Amino acid sequence: MTRSALLVLADGRFPAGGHAHSGGAEAAVKAGRIRDAAGLEAFCLGRLHTTGLTAAGLAAAAALGHDPYELDAAADARTPSPALRAASRRLGRQLMRAARATWPGPGLDALAAAFPRGAHQPVVLGATARAAGRGPEDAAHCAAYETAGGPATATVRLLGLDPYQATAVLARLAPVMDEVAARATAAAREGVDALPAASAPLLDITAEQHAAWPVRLFAS
Amino acid sequence: MSLRATARIAAAADGSLPVLESDGPLAPRRTRAAAPGWTRVTVVGAMSAPLGGDRLAIETEVRDGARLRVDSAAATLALPGRVPHPAAYELRLRVGAYAALHWLPEQLVSAHGSDLRVRTDVDLDATARLVLREEQVLGRHGEPPGTLFSRLTVRRAGRPLLDQELAYGPGAPGGWDGGAVLAGHRATGQLLVVDPAFEEEPVAARPLGEHGALTPLAGPAALVTAVAPDALALSRILDAALTELADV
Amino acid sequence: MHLDHGHTHHGSVSADAHRPDGTRRALRIGLGGPVGSGKTATVAALCRHLRDTLSLAVVTNDIYTREDAEFLLREAVLPPERIQAVETGACPHTAIRDDISANLEAVEELEDTVGPLDLILVESGGDNLTATFSRGLVDAQIFVIDVAGGDDIPRKGGPGVTTADLLVVNKTDLAPYVGSDLGRMARDAAEQRGDLPVAFTSLRSAEGVGPVADWVRERLAAWTALPAPTA
Repeated sequence: MTRSALLVLADGRFPAGGHAHSGGAEAAVKAGRIRDAAGLEAFCLGRLHTTGLTAAGLAAAAALGHDPYELDAAADARTPSPALRAASRRLGRQLMRAARATWPGPGLDALAAAFPRGAHQPVVLGATARAAGRGPEDAAHCAAYETAGGPATATVRLLGLDPYQATAVLARLAPVMDEVAARATAAAREGVDALPAASAPLLDITAEQHAAWPVRLFAS
Repeated sequence: MSLRATARIAAAADGSLPVLESDGPLAPRRTRAAAPGWTRVTVVGAMSAPLGGDRLAIETEVRDGARLRVDSAAATLALPGRVPHPAAYELRLRVGAYAALHWLPEQLVSAHGSDLRVRTDVDLDATARLVLREEQVLGRHGEPPGTLFSRLTVRRAGRPLLDQELAYGPGAPGGWDGGAVLAGHRATGQLLVVDPAFEEEPVAARPLGEHGALTPLAGPAALVTAVAPDALALSRILDAALTELADV
Repeated sequence: MHLDHGHTHHGSVSADAHRPDGTRRALRIGLGGPVGSGKTATVAALCRHLRDTLSLAVVTNDIYTREDAEFLLREAVLPPERIQAVETGACPHTAIRDDISANLEAVEELEDTVGPLDLILVESGGDNLTATFSRGLVDAQIFVIDVAGGDDIPRKGGPGVTTADLLVVNKTDLAPYVGSDLGRMARDAAEQRGDLPVAFTSLRSAEGVGPVADWVRERLAAWTALPAPTA
């Protein structure tokens, strides 16, 4: 399969629902924790090394073909916030819809049938990469890129941040994304028990606050 | 010289402590339990010991039907050692059928220059109850933090219930003090309550002020996650949650 | 992978005309148009007009979460379980055109939870003249403009005005006050749209939405006249 399949999957225009999620950036902007490009960079760096690494590990493991039930349970245990569990399953369902239309096949059909309410998004992402003929490294790279790309796009919309600055943040973080993807893939090759569980207290806390806001722009 | 020490505790349903072994700086002592039907062990003084290179462990087994509370007499202070290696501190907790464990140590303070890896592995029977508190304070008053990695893995009936790893300080990967993780807060902690009764009546998720959240896990358990500017503010959040969620 | 029980149909992957159980799904009609033109008021009036004879539900795509949904709830035009709000991440046109996954989730969830449904109205967030619905999301779309927005809007065209299956020119009662020439709007619209219909409405009276409701009924009749889908 082609390398360009990875670009199709990683493209922000891939219609899998990500555009309506800020990755915690909306809450961080409101709390004054992201005010500018430097705040966005610190936010994304922390997110990459925590929930980004964890998601990348799950995605890589799913791309390797590890048991999706076990991976889904591992994702649950790594996601204490019910708002984030719900968002992850919803995004998993949305990604599944796009993935089955894009790379149809029995693997994705079986995963969709096994999780009618949606499997966790990184698990579906890994299965999608597999269906697209890409391996665990690519699945982990996609997860890592989304981890920073989501908040960057959201911050452009929320703060009116200069889009060149936001994109430069992503470019500066590229080596970190590579490092996170490499660590995640290495762990996934060792098995489900070796998967990273890195977590970020503020992301969990603010996700619950955000879910309780009466008015918000982003779903999470 | 760096230390290797493993203390062991086992509690039985009749209130006895069939195993109570001190080792090196780790000295578990039987103390008077406030609640009837409970056995209490206090890890005395020596918990303030992990120096660079030390490998300390506490193994605790709460046998079927037993009810055990473990606390500590003082905060645990991670300090730099004479050897440039991280210290390791492992807690292995097993809670059997219809047994209960309250694991309520004092705060862990990560002093400047220290490097500590804490690993807590909890294995629960499906009928077991657990109250577990973790409080981490990054740096003594007014000093920058040491390096702290802390992994908490809780399995219930063999299935993962909660798996979290926190990494702070100069030796942690970048971004730990950014807007996604701590954002300048110097104390963070969790209170985990596992109770089969939550299967029927799970707690409702809600924010606990600006700095905390109460969340139902994907199993019969509730987790309070909090960050705070300092140790005292953190204790206030977690103590209030402890009173609300558990009869401790 | 441990999931090897072959090819199964679960959930529609795109705008299939049938539901997973093989029954015909509800007709989906999108309502778009600029901010303040009266999309939500039109949806509310349609609900009041059609709810006694049809099983219907509404999906809103708010700019700020739930505003339009809250309005419909307050007006009690439908029971709350028949109204779903989709968050759009500050990009309402993306959610109805470029990435329709959240809206497809919402319409399918409505059919699963309150179905069977005859009709689902999908209201876009207030946007500009270029916002149109994907054909993967809706079967037909209504574009709502109003006379107060300027009587040159039909002449300016744009995808909404030009290609919508029905163009609604709302608030005709205000025309004398804002100096809009309804005749000119009708002529310009006809020039842009050819044979596609235009409805002039004023929602000040309960019957004001009548022409739109009639058009919806026609579309629904055509939809149900299609041969039954085979599972």
